[in-house]
Amino acid sequence: MEKAKGKVVSVNESLVGVENTEGAVMNGEVAYITIEDGKRLKSEVIDVKPGKLVYLQVFEDTSWMKVDDAVEFTGLPLAVKLGPGILGSVTDGLQNPLYELAKKEWFLERGMVVEPLDTNVKWHFSPEVKKGDIVTGASILGSVPEKIFKHNIFVPFSLQGEYTVDSIVEKGDYTIKDIIATIKDSSGKVLELTMAFDWPVKQPMPFHQRSVPTETLPTGMRILDALFPIAYGGTACSPGPFGAGKTVLQHSIAKHSRADVVIVAACGERAGEAVEVFKDFPELIDPKTGKSLMDRTYIVGNTSSMPVAAREASVYMATAVGEYYRKQGLNVLILADSTSRWAQALRETSGRKEEIPGPEAFPMYISTLISAFYDRAGVEILPDGTKSSLSIIGTVSPAGGNFDEPVTQATLLSTGAFLGLSRELSDARKYPAIDRIDSSSAYPSLITEDEVGFLKELLKEGKTIASNLLLMGERGISNEAYITYQKSELLDAVFLQQNSFHPVDGVTNPDRLRMMFDMVKHIIDSPVYAETKDDIRTHFNFLRQAFIDWNYLKIEDAKFDSQKAKILNLVKQTAHAKENV
Amino acid sequence: MLRKTYEHIDSIGRAILTIEAKDVHNKEMAEIIYPDGKKAFAQVIALNGNKVTLQLFGGGFGVSTDCKVRFLGNPVQVGFSDEMLGRVYSGNGQPIDGGPQLTSDMTRVAGPSINPVKRLIPKNMIRTGVPMIDVFNTLVRSQKIPIFARAGEPYNRLLANVATQTDADVIIIGGVGLKYDEYHYFKERIEEAGSKSKTIMFIHTHRDSIVEGLMVPDLALAVGERFALQGKNVFVLLSDMTQWSDYLRQVANAQDQIPANQGYPGDLYSQLASRYEKAADIEDSGSLTILGVTTMDDVTHPVPDNTGYITEGQFFMKDGYLELFGSLSRLKQQVNDKTRDDHRSIMNAMARLLSEAEERVKAQKFGSVKDDYSLRLLDYRKTFQRELMDPFRYLELEDALDLCWDILSKHFKKEEAGLSSDLVEKYWPRKGEFKILKEHYA
Repeated sequence: MEKAKGKVVSVNESLVGVENTEGAVMNGEVAYITIEDGKRLKSEVIDVKPGKLVYLQVFEDTSWMKVDDAVEFTGLPLAVKLGPGILGSVTDGLQNPLYELAKKEWFLERGMVVEPLDTNVKWHFSPEVKKGDIVTGASILGSVPEKIFKHNIFVPFSLQGEYTVDSIVEKGDYTIKDIIATIKDSSGKVLELTMAFDWPVKQPMPFHQRSVPTETLPTGMRILDALFPIAYGGTACSPGPFGAGKTVLQHSIAKHSRADVVIVAACGERAGEAVEVFKDFPELIDPKTGKSLMDRTYIVGNTSSMPVAAREASVYMATAVGEYYRKQGLNVLILADSTSRWAQALRETSGRKEEIPGPEAFPMYISTLISAFYDRAGVEILPDGTKSSLSIIGTVSPAGGNFDEPVTQATLLSTGAFLGLSRELSDARKYPAIDRIDSSSAYPSLITEDEVGFLKELLKEGKTIASNLLLMGERGISNEAYITYQKSELLDAVFLQQNSFHPVDGVTNPDRLRMMFDMVKHIIDSPVYAETKDDIRTHFNFLRQAFIDWNYLKIEDAKFDSQKAKILNLVKQTAHAKENV
Repeated sequence: MLRKTYEHIDSIGRAILTIEAKDVHNKEMAEIIYPDGKKAFAQVIALNGNKVTLQLFGGGFGVSTDCKVRFLGNPVQVGFSDEMLGRVYSGNGQPIDGGPQLTSDMTRVAGPSINPVKRLIPKNMIRTGVPMIDVFNTLVRSQKIPIFARAGEPYNRLLANVATQTDADVIIIGGVGLKYDEYHYFKERIEEAGSKSKTIMFIHTHRDSIVEGLMVPDLALAVGERFALQGKNVFVLLSDMTQWSDYLRQVANAQDQIPANQGYPGDLYSQLASRYEKAADIEDSGSLTILGVTTMDDVTHPVPDNTGYITEGQFFMKDGYLELFGSLSRLKQQVNDKTRDDHRSIMNAMARLLSEAEERVKAQKFGSVKDDYSLRLLDYRKTFQRELMDPFRYLELEDALDLCWDILSKHFKKEEAGLSSDLVEKYWPRKGEFKILKEHYA
């Protein structure tokens, strides 16, 4: 097919109107606009209108564009290059590796072109098929070691029907440009295959066999793992006003969660936050593998000052890469921060297209797009029976911190866990500031269902007593109620609150979580005999201090057991105080 | 090169003009030539066939249909040189201090953002001498952080103080929508502090057109960025970004854009972000720090709300005090473990106790606060406000930390502070012996 051509007729920031002068145009295809200095600006067809008018959203700054500038359509949708070399890399929203771009220019100048994956690296390929074998799309041709994983090399997923392997290279070192196999279709047409192929980012990768998320994905954060867990293959959202700790939460999960691969999609957020991840992670050791944390991480960053139209691309780019590593048999976790910025980018474009706006000027179709995005998460059972998964945790940045807005609402409908961040809690420095009462999760916890119910009940009761305290003062309530209140405060302070910046307290593994829960439960179940509210408060102050000191000790620390005994002793003292009186 | 002039003006609005013209570049500069030969700048903001939309730097008032438009063949640029230090410019880059114009080394304005891999993780504390900043919300080199305050609070005084009390190599003041008195104030303060020779001002006052006001942050940041790339530590002050956003709203409205929240354009977030994101600590170079002002009544208003999602925290000023709650420095964790061993702990302890005290303030209204501990908390809150929250009290960080210990020991028992025994041992003042706290208060 001849490639279509056109010329620019209107320019309004990132929205460019084009007259289609030649050939057929496909909605969603990539086009390039050549501007005066010869630079080619990447863009995507987002609307085809009567009168041969085509709207493009341009992924770069449109300054200096002119009416009549030439447009070439590629006939291909926006795609991601899939193959070995993605892990450990940092790219922009269009898969341009940022470290490679930095070798050319300090600033993100437009129109720069670099290969998405390194074409010079040699990968040690071991074939797993031989000449004459029958293969289909997604069949495994062989594998290469990538970082800590075995990276399967597939027949491109997009190929339909059966093919016969015509040739396959010997075991050895090859780049992703080298042809490693040729396959023949039934008509005898030969296809040459390399270790990498393209996949259209907006198209969900089909599941081999889909299953449901039933297993907790430990994050190392106690409030999540105990009260509001996420699951392998599950979805979660964390809406919250600014300053409530969304980013710290995301970074903590990126560091400590027990996923095999973590993809950080920094969408329309501060560049500095992405920098912290890709400059810190290489220095951090993943305790599970003993290797650098960066080895399991891929960062795609379209930060807030990069071209707005590429925000959407960055989210889909991350998702397609996530689906690809799920096909590799791994448990993948995507952290998308923030889906609201993506929605706002859609709103900007929709406004320029003069579409009839929905609530808060967001386009009508926003909820459908959000649901379809989260639906790409899930558990997959691969042909060899391996269970793999893709989980997505998206942050939402609602205007004014008000959850009653279209993006938050659409996200709540599409996700399995809701981690609502609260300014009230963050002002009180109760981190993670996840609302203890309003948050929820449909996934199984690391503690039993009864235990979860027990904790939630105490928290609710504590909250009721707290409001009575406010109204009536300490003298206005019974000692018994005051003790319950102190117990719920203690539960909050020593178990739900966690210091993300502390090397020990910052991450709690499942075994330790159990140990801590048992201790908290023991304290709550133990009677407290004290005469005055002052005595009660002092008792719990000492308990809290002792417990936090314990939280800060490594299990292998010599003082760990004595500190535990100290807590138990404190509990025993007041429980037996009555006998002495 | 001789450039063609066009005469067919279609429409003239308050800030926008449309004209039929050919061969025009998006974002190109133009000049409006009045019948009497006077000239004013304009910039292309949209193209549609032959119809060109321009924003008018001098506003639309007085522009007539027999004006001519000449396209200049260059984007918005600003001069850049060391000669600019000590000078004052308007929002269209023209000198307004009577000095000569600068045309050397023209530099682009509102250029692309720096590649994130060229950024360093900010690790250098900026000492401001303001206790609420240094102790509780430490400022870090390359941070972008605004002051949130109602109109009329002394935010400009704080801005000028912070800039002149630090070791910045270059200070750039971007004044948007300033009252003349405020402009005058900045000028005086900078001179008094002996900082004039390292300061450049881009000033838009209420008598200038809104389009010039819109340009101020871009000019200030473009020049600041160049100095930073030369290895300088640059401080850019932007006051007031709420008015800037308001101008943005007016121009968007004049273009018939569909408004998002409260009439602001849907791209308010991106527009603010592309300015604030210029703040950076650059590898093998200098840094650019942005201190802004966002006037507001309510933090959920679209401007402070969007700003809060972009900046690395905010300083919340109320009734002349810098508040602890509502203020935040997102970067403080990068530096406050390298100052003094008690810094983080005492910051947290003071904040936790103040938060407890705030709860008592609410309860006090119901008349339910009578116990000794609560009453001490309330006293503590008063001392805290008087001793620490004054933004114009100058204290070195170490003195401010000592003052915190003084205040704690004045109101609390050791075990109530919730601090580790080691620190209490090291810093808890002996009875009645305060290092900083004045006796007559105690």
